[in-house]
Amino acid sequence: MKKPFYFFFFLLIILSCKDETECCVNPTIAIKLKFTHNWDGVELSSSDFNEFKFRTANNDLISISRLRYLVSNVLFNNTIESSSTIYSLIDIDKNETTLLVTGVPISKVNALAFTFGFRDEDNLDGVYADLNSASFNVPEMLGGGYHYMQFDGKFKDSNNADANFNYHAIRSADITDPDNIILQDTSFEVDLGNIEITENTTIEIKMNVAEWFKNPNTWNLKELNTVLMPNFDAQILMNENGQSVFSLGEITSN
Amino acid sequence: MKHLGFYIIFLFFLMSCSSKEDDVYTPVAYNLEIPELFADKLIAPIIPADNPLTIEGVALGKKLFSDRILSGNQTQSCAHCHKLQEAFSDSSQFSEGAEGNLGSRNSMPLFNLAWNFEERFAWDGKEFGLENQVIEPIVNPIEMHGDLNEITKRLNGHHSYPDLFQLAFGTSEISGDLVAKAVAQFMRTIISANSKFDKYLLGKASLTAAEENGFNVFMSEEKGDCFHCHGSNNNPLWTDNQFHNNGLDATFTDLGLGAISGDPVDNGKFRSPSLRNLTFTAPYMHDGRFSSLEEVIDHYSEGLKFSETIDPLMKKVNIGGVGLSDQEKADLKAFLLTLTDVEFINNPAFKN
Repeated sequence: MKKPFYFFFFLLIILSCKDETECCVNPTIAIKLKFTHNWDGVELSSSDFNEFKFRTANNDLISISRLRYLVSNVLFNNTIESSSTIYSLIDIDKNETTLLVTGVPISKVNALAFTFGFRDEDNLDGVYADLNSASFNVPEMLGGGYHYMQFDGKFKDSNNADANFNYHAIRSADITDPDNIILQDTSFEVDLGNIEITENTTIEIKMNVAEWFKNPNTWNLKELNTVLMPNFDAQILMNENGQSVFSLGEITSN
Repeated sequence: MKHLGFYIIFLFFLMSCSSKEDDVYTPVAYNLEIPELFADKLIAPIIPADNPLTIEGVALGKKLFSDRILSGNQTQSCAHCHKLQEAFSDSSQFSEGAEGNLGSRNSMPLFNLAWNFEERFAWDGKEFGLENQVIEPIVNPIEMHGDLNEITKRLNGHHSYPDLFQLAFGTSEISGDLVAKAVAQFMRTIISANSKFDKYLLGKASLTAAEENGFNVFMSEEKGDCFHCHGSNNNPLWTDNQFHNNGLDATFTDLGLGAISGDPVDNGKFRSPSLRNLTFTAPYMHDGRFSSLEEVIDHYSEGLKFSETIDPLMKKVNIGGVGLSDQEKADLKAFLLTLTDVEFINNPAFKN
């Protein structure tokens, strides 16, 4: 009678050891990145689209029709937790504004960073079926790969008439010589600093859309409005202005 | 000995149960052959979990698609306005309904519908899901003007349909829902992906200088800038299936998406059609106003009209458009014609 008892006791020990190994030596959790949008602090959603209600630093009155952009390469503690296989197309109009990141190490301090757009090593032409299906590609004549952002709308021109803008951010391409295209990676890393996270944490990342037109370059829509993809210098300006667009918002746990 | 008798009776009982189950025919799964380019470049087609493709369902859908029994006065089938030789569209500007009424929109071509990822169909996105879209023209008074109750009554009394529905769906009781499912199954098998440009992308054909230059006009943001709405070598659907106001009118007689959503910002927006098979799908635009590709290209080059909801991608609207040269226009047309899929319109799988 004693023998079966020992056997079950031994079995229990083995099973508990196994659990320990699987769950707790390198514990990881999933967290959610939630992107919210504002215009100099005033909340912005798709219900604000298609109305002339935003004024840029250059005093251009604009309406927004579409704003979607790519975030990738989420890093915790400078460790690549998500490479090219984890990215998200944030699309305000479709209310697709979150990115779930799994395998995040539990640590008291986590340094969080992500890439706006794709780094060159991830910006591979035509390889992401979901982005192809969303028509987010960049033509091969401009180096291929994907848009970082498509931000479309209208502004009031000098005659107070409606005019279109397509603020499309991509990898900068100098196509002066089509046989020798010069490319420059204009994606950029957004460092949000140290964050304490626990299970079921949602991290808000705020985009101040006004910053795209403001800092450090005051954007003049009357001069730079459409056909910006093949404009190497405009892409550099976008890259510079993008640096101050994102900031850390609320951190909540469910 | 008594026990043996019971065992034998019990065994017979079990066998009879088993043979009854065998009588229930299970339709055979249809293997949807996904074109190489689509498999490489696009996410999976939309096949609803409650309407998987089966050989019997697709065959039934094909038969229904061409059967006049689906119209109110039994004079018209779906194929009446969606002709295979015209890439399942209609060369008439406005199709004539079963009772001789004319619509106000050109019949949309039908192919690659399973890759309409947001599942909003028709020019104005009126219907969500292909099954719903199937029913719309059947009951529309200016189209087939059918009554679903009457049609299902006819089908249930038909000499062969109850058996075909039994094979496809396991019931001989025909409903409007099952009619929609069958036709939608067939429509999901209508695939066009074998044009000259497809072959070029697969390394099996080469382009002429004019075609190549036309593709560059198509892809250039400062020239045609067609790729933002009409796909590319990486999106071989040649449409984004989204809704745009492409500058056709300064004021609208047809509100398009706006009439469906009720939101004035959607006025004048229509779904981008695929640019495949343009050779067969004239006339063009939602109202078939352009009879030739030259007119279409001229529209985008210098014919744009401003309205409040015009898409921001319509550049230089104040001067009518991007102003392509004659050579660029000719080359663009040459490229567009490389999206013609002759094999598609001759595919015996789609022939009645």
